[in-house]
Amino acid sequence: MPVPNDTDSKLSAYAHPERLVTTQWLAEHLGEPGLVVVESDEDVLLYDTGHIPGSVKVDWHTELNDPVTRDYVDEQRFAEICGERGISRDSTVVFYGDRNNWWATYALWVFSLFGHPDVRILDGGRAKWVAEGREMTTEQSKPERVEYPVIERDDSTIRAFKDQVLAHLGKPLVDVRSPGEYTGELLHMPDYPQEGAVRGGHIPGAASVPWARAAAQDGTFKSREDLEDIYQREQELSPDDDVIAYCRIGERSSHTWFVLTHLLGFGQVRNYDGSWTEWGNSVRVPIAVGTERGSVS
Amino acid sequence: MTASVELPPKLSELVDDFSGLGVKDRLQLLLELSQELPPLPGRYADHRDAMEQVPECQTPLFLAVEVDPEQTVHLFFDAPPEAPTTRGFASIMHTGLDGESADTVLGVPNDFYLALGLGEAVSPLRLRGMAAMLARIKNQVRSAR
Repeated sequence: MPVPNDTDSKLSAYAHPERLVTTQWLAEHLGEPGLVVVESDEDVLLYDTGHIPGSVKVDWHTELNDPVTRDYVDEQRFAEICGERGISRDSTVVFYGDRNNWWATYALWVFSLFGHPDVRILDGGRAKWVAEGREMTTEQSKPERVEYPVIERDDSTIRAFKDQVLAHLGKPLVDVRSPGEYTGELLHMPDYPQEGAVRGGHIPGAASVPWARAAAQDGTFKSREDLEDIYQREQELSPDDDVIAYCRIGERSSHTWFVLTHLLGFGQVRNYDGSWTEWGNSVRVPIAVGTERGSVS
Repeated sequence: MTASVELPPKLSELVDDFSGLGVKDRLQLLLELSQELPPLPGRYADHRDAMEQVPECQTPLFLAVEVDPEQTVHLFFDAPPEAPTTRGFASIMHTGLDGESADTVLGVPNDFYLALGLGEAVSPLRLRGMAAMLARIKNQVRSAR
């Protein structure tokens, strides 16, 4: 039986309101058959300090990435990850996490590579749930193992590779990193470890829209109107555009991918997960430095 | 990796504890350690600016190092509860090195943390914070002497 959508009025303004749920909706539907809640955080231990009752954890670093090749897990591994967490192909999966749902949207994007049909984000994530004094537990969830089909990953629709980005130059690109990373002044996020890019700057033509501009103070997504102000009016992107978003390793840009695709209804948005750690190390790819977008001549 | 170098006893004990566990239990131990990190004494709690920030940790960590006249090292750490991994790393440093002599602390191999076997449990990228923490502790010990 399908889990109903959240009919909250803020959500209904978005292009695809079925991709979000409010904390109130989740509190009312927890434990319903067919619903699996997944926590995905930057901090690998945060879930274990307390989580939404019944939720399961997916760690982006140790579980969604292939341990050897720089790539995502394959279809067999993905089927195991889901099956052991009680996620079947027809489950409604609600993701939530720390830091404005940064890692929750990343996990949702990876689930989308495998075409999992019903994926949703808890608007406001972990911080809002906790701020509202809602129930948290350290009790281990013991989901019943289910069968998840082995489904081939589709890397052609919402994922972009370096060669595709090269061919895309001249079309809309969104750089979601901090202003210092965009100009080339910084090689990594402020206050974060250097992850090894030998050149700084941005892909020529890319607009600079730091990802967290899409989040409100309380960690929820900004209203549709406010998001349109940023991406459509200020940056002059259009829902018909073919857009590629990138950051440093593709996690912050999955947040922007979610906003453009599901909240603003852009039809063709890809996340370049190679991002700056690939581009900034590649020989002879064009790079622009400074605050100007730059162009390819 | 670091087997030939002798670690201070409590740090060595932690290395044995971690390396004797499976991946899941290593995370559990790190979580327990994160809960045991002692709170800051008042002289730092009210003066965060007297501490050094360790930006290499994913969530910024604050660190203070004191070397007393007997050349004993005292360590103080502060990280928010929503950063349990960073707190766990700090707690490993505190449990393993607080109360040791300056020479002993300076003698800890920079890559000792590899022997904890946490790379597999938390990912090598996250472990970089621990290397940075030790480097900054050593720098402060050197300048405090």
